[in-house]
Amino acid sequence: MSQSKKQVHRLAKGGRIDRSRTLSFTFNGQSYQGHPGDTLASALLANGVDIVNRSFKYSRPRGIVAAGAEEPNAIVQLGSTEAAQVPNVRATQQALFAGLTARSTNGWPNVQRDLMGLFGKLGGKFMPPGFYYKTFMAPASLWMTYERYIRKAAGLGRSPMEADPDTYDHLHQHCDVLVVGGGAAGLAAALAAARSSARVIVADEQEEMGGSLLDSRETLDGKPADQWVAQVVKELAGYDNVTLLPRTTANGYHDHHFVTLHERRTEHLGETAPLVKGRRQVRARMHRVRAGQVILATGAHERPLVYAGNDVPGNMLAGAVSTYIRRYGVAPGHKLVLTTSNDYGYRAALDWKEAGREVVAIVDARQSPAGDWVEAARAQGIKIITGSAVIEAKGGSRVSAARVAKIDIDAFQVSGPAQELACDTIASSGGYSPVIHLASHTGARPTWRDDILGFVPSLVKGVHACGGANGTYALGEVLAEGVEAGIKAAAVTGHAAPAVSLPQVKALKQGPAAPLFQVPHEKPTLRAPKQFVDLQNDVTAAGIELATREGFESIEHVKRYTAMGFGTDQGKLGNINGMAIAARCLGRPIPEVGTTVFRPNYTPVTFGAIVGRHCRDLFDPERYTALHQWHVEHGAEFEDVGQWKRPWYYPQTVNGKVETLHEAVARECSAVREKVGILDASTLGKIDIQGPDAREFLARVYTNKWEKLAVGKCRYGLMCKDDGMVTDDGVTSCLADNHFLMTTTTGGAAAILEWLELWHQTEWPELDVYFSSVTDHWATMTITGPEARKLLAEITDIDLDKESFKFMEWRAGKVAGVPARVYRISFTGELTFEINVQANYAMHVWQTLFKHGEKYGLTPYGTETMHVLRAEKGFIIVGQDTDGSVTPEDLGMQWCVGYDKPFSWIGKRALTRSDTKRENRKQLVGLKPKDPKVVLEEGAQIVFDPKHAIPMPMAGHVTSSYYSPTLDSGFALAVVKGGHQKMGETVYLPMADGQTHEAKIVSPIFYDPKGERQNV
Amino acid sequence: MSNAATFDTRTDSAIPVESPLAYSYRRSGAPAAGPESRVTLRERALLGQLVLRGGAIVLDEAVREVLGLGLPGEPQGLVQDERGERSIQWLSPDEWLVIVPGGEEFELETRLRERLGDAHYAISDVSGGQTLLELEGEAARELLMKTVIYDVHPSHFPVGRGVTTVFAKATAIVRRPSEERWELVVRRSFADYCYRWLLDAGEEYAIGVVR
Amino acid sequence: MFYIYCPYCGEHREEEEFHPKGQAHIERPKDPEACSDEAWGDYLFFRDNPRGVHHELWVHAVGCRKFFNVTRHTVTYEILETYKMGEQPSITADAQGQPREAVAASRQEGVRA
Repeated sequence: MSQSKKQVHRLAKGGRIDRSRTLSFTFNGQSYQGHPGDTLASALLANGVDIVNRSFKYSRPRGIVAAGAEEPNAIVQLGSTEAAQVPNVRATQQALFAGLTARSTNGWPNVQRDLMGLFGKLGGKFMPPGFYYKTFMAPASLWMTYERYIRKAAGLGRSPMEADPDTYDHLHQHCDVLVVGGGAAGLAAALAAARSSARVIVADEQEEMGGSLLDSRETLDGKPADQWVAQVVKELAGYDNVTLLPRTTANGYHDHHFVTLHERRTEHLGETAPLVKGRRQVRARMHRVRAGQVILATGAHERPLVYAGNDVPGNMLAGAVSTYIRRYGVAPGHKLVLTTSNDYGYRAALDWKEAGREVVAIVDARQSPAGDWVEAARAQGIKIITGSAVIEAKGGSRVSAARVAKIDIDAFQVSGPAQELACDTIASSGGYSPVIHLASHTGARPTWRDDILGFVPSLVKGVHACGGANGTYALGEVLAEGVEAGIKAAAVTGHAAPAVSLPQVKALKQGPAAPLFQVPHEKPTLRAPKQFVDLQNDVTAAGIELATREGFESIEHVKRYTAMGFGTDQGKLGNINGMAIAARCLGRPIPEVGTTVFRPNYTPVTFGAIVGRHCRDLFDPERYTALHQWHVEHGAEFEDVGQWKRPWYYPQTVNGKVETLHEAVARECSAVREKVGILDASTLGKIDIQGPDAREFLARVYTNKWEKLAVGKCRYGLMCKDDGMVTDDGVTSCLADNHFLMTTTTGGAAAILEWLELWHQTEWPELDVYFSSVTDHWATMTITGPEARKLLAEITDIDLDKESFKFMEWRAGKVAGVPARVYRISFTGELTFEINVQANYAMHVWQTLFKHGEKYGLTPYGTETMHVLRAEKGFIIVGQDTDGSVTPEDLGMQWCVGYDKPFSWIGKRALTRSDTKRENRKQLVGLKPKDPKVVLEEGAQIVFDPKHAIPMPMAGHVTSSYYSPTLDSGFALAVVKGGHQKMGETVYLPMADGQTHEAKIVSPIFYDPKGERQNV
Repeated sequence: MSNAATFDTRTDSAIPVESPLAYSYRRSGAPAAGPESRVTLRERALLGQLVLRGGAIVLDEAVREVLGLGLPGEPQGLVQDERGERSIQWLSPDEWLVIVPGGEEFELETRLRERLGDAHYAISDVSGGQTLLELEGEAARELLMKTVIYDVHPSHFPVGRGVTTVFAKATAIVRRPSEERWELVVRRSFADYCYRWLLDAGEEYAIGVVR
Repeated sequence: MFYIYCPYCGEHREEEEFHPKGQAHIERPKDPEACSDEAWGDYLFFRDNPRGVHHELWVHAVGCRKFFNVTRHTVTYEILETYKMGEQPSITADAQGQPREAVAASRQEGVRA
């Protein structure tokens, strides 16, 4: 093992880390050490790693700024192997584990010596403010050029190129009260709700619950705050009605309190999920929560001040400095200058001093700050420079000094000479911004509050905000608000909460904050050194000013023009500053400028969690018939029909060679035309229709007549929508006077059942009829071909004589000893029996048929052969030969339309509109290619005059096209304008490759036009 | 007797019969249940299943007389006989699912039709079209939470409840006949998908299949 | 992801169990043959697209398979009521004048991008 560097910034004591154990990890190829309890960010800081990335646009060196989800710079790519790659992880949110391997996301070829930096900030020149906007306006070809460059240079992370070994899943959760955030407010709210016995879920994105209490200087009941946290978490964990979800981020707030939580279950343990007793655990889980009430206790993000050079490593948020010292035992530097507009910032200086490091000065924008922490700083002898701010940070790869000057906030100018204070760390605090992202997802626009200088969420019904999320920062008030929200939310869901006694908190005296966002510089903003607003997207104050000068007044336009708040950042750190700057430039108050809309997700969610288990062979349901096993064993190739897997064809091995589709279909077709074939037709939809008005109902939903269909008979029916267009077809049989069995197309089964229910429930509830799906109950085996009768006769007691069992009739009896309904209908034009048995018996009947069928040449055939055979007979397939714009007459199926039926059946009225009677509608015809070897392309466009100048008028298109072994020719069905009157005429099909096919319009019935073969 | 065709789809026991999961067992196997199994799966194959449609009052009288069980009084209700062999489940205001031991369904249908006479109702035999899967064990509920969108918390899903809901990307009926046991009624054509889903989602609980 | 109260099941169910079926209360003309082409075209093709209160037909497809009506606010997406087939809504845009929600919603609505 190579020698690891020392943890130069690690404090000797303090923090929530376990110094007794050491964890080795690798960052950008260099080995380091940290401790359990560290995040990757705290461990990097402990090791004195200043530069963690290169910036998106200007390729400037960047260091860690924050300690939580708002971190803009420390965005890394995880993974020691290809399969384990995870992009865009915030180092501040990644727990350290032994062997963790991370790389900077940006910075090509490496962060220390950046190629782009040497080339003179190429990116900056290429991407001025408005880059996206201007580029999208440019020809698309230019974007392609840019995009490759940007992706490579900006490094948006990359996805793994190998399969992910981990599993992910979803959990459907339901609760009365969802508490988002496990800090002071969230825990107080959860406690109140939990005691009411409401079902409570508490989600917190950090490694442990407690939020800011884990690094607080304040005490509860005189004890360190984390003791209260431990006690509350213990109580909550003891309740059956509470689900605690640490490491879980609420990323999206959707309609009606549907919230998606992303739980990282094993990402703190290793880069792939560990095995427990040999079983792989779920790595990440999406909780799909339907909540009764939602409590947003999401806290607040500290705002940095915007000053020149504020992106040089060593510039940090004041609160983050405290968190690193108090929670992780890391003081990320030696000499601190704090620049603040408020009392909260003072905490960093106090913690820094207590850690034994030097506080050079506190620079406070206010003239006369006063408050408990200000006094504490004074008492510690820390130098406080008032009415001033850090106007510029000096330094290259790390802060070397702070330039401090008096400022005039109202006039936005520097009002005194600058002095330079040597330091290596500048902590800044511009106050806090409530985390309102989730509330924004609901569509509610936030409200500006002048007293806290921040937006607070507007709330839709059922949402409560408390604590920092609500702009309340004093700990005592935060806890009280939490409890109140918890009681209220529980009460709405019908659970009365007992009183909760709050721990004693000493109220801190605080002075008002100054409204400082961008710090003025001696030079005007456009000429001053860069003052960064959005570090992740490299948006500067100058960029925003430029945008407003170019006329962008809406904050949404400024956002798009500058890219502020784009991407995974979602404006956590920079948005309020950006809006304040835009407001200043536009001379308007902040609330008038408003805020942009935050969108899901709050932080990136791994695709694994989004997909869950719906992947690989569980991606979509595969529906099987009762005969599936047989098809698999007999080498069937399968075709997807809806969710069904249907045998497509059964390639045989002939002389050691596996048949092609073409060869197999030719063989299967011949078998049906000459001997006997068998098809698994179980997938057809079957609807059981019972009731005295069943017949009347059929007459209303079908185009043809049903009043005279006798028991034992079957009839083909065509179904239209009320616009007169064909929507389904199938054979319906009369089982008894009040009892029918309707068959539908395979794909239409569910939709047709819903269609029947729609009409029955909404228009004709007075008709006494019921519909039930029996699709899966029956297995259907179609035997078809000249030998079909002989074969069936061997194993049935049904009289198959052609006079006693006619075409379009059905009979009940036994087949292979199994009760069966046999239907004499035909989709091939040959003598056909459709054998229906209860599905559990199907395999036995099927195998018995084969036992007896060998001598007749019984051949299984698939959907491809079925298509060829039916097309030879001109039988349509709804959805292939029709597309929702085809009437029965267009299909030449007037014989199937009962215009004189008494009730105005669905579709009838529309069929008398002038457009549906138009003579040059596209009509179904047959096409015979001039060259019999040609199989026309399905979808090919048809023209009457191939010499016509382009664009040629289109006359129609090919709907079905096959090679027919029976005809020894290609043939097709097509819809052609006025086609019924054009029999014998020639049409042309110009193809993409330049050749033009010639075909003759013929009858769509190519084979046995009189239908004699099916009647034998 | 109403003017509808009845049809006894069953035949003598010598004829081989295959449950909807027959293919799944061959394809995906059936991990044995062991001491570590926190959930077990068992198919109750080849039961008699009828869908009753009609008015509640008329049907209630008939099933009381013929089956000795009344219709469940509430939506999502599930009632069963003492031994749990025969059950009636509410599916919609005019639709119920009756499950009885395999082979009883035809006689039941015939007797109901005799009893119901000329009333308007419908009875459809769906015995071949669906199968019943039982889940038992302490992880059964969490396994269901991974699978169905309906709230299966005991406070919301007490014993004696049954619903039709979304099962992964398919649909299923979920029932709770007893404290320890959950039942899923799945359509035959979706049974393999449901089975594979349950094995996959149940892996972390060491799911075992009882055959 | 809506949470919809099914008036037949008597409880809220997840949107995944339902199919939307367009505008509610579209009645098929009793005597289609007596309709002008225009009237028939109106029945077939023309639907309201209000900003605010809207009545929709839904079906509890994975559930009781019953059709029912939903009064929904098209800006806030709030479901104001659901009611069975054959019943009339108790909340309508007319009865409320400009509903309060709509005013609030239009104020709050942002540019969604």
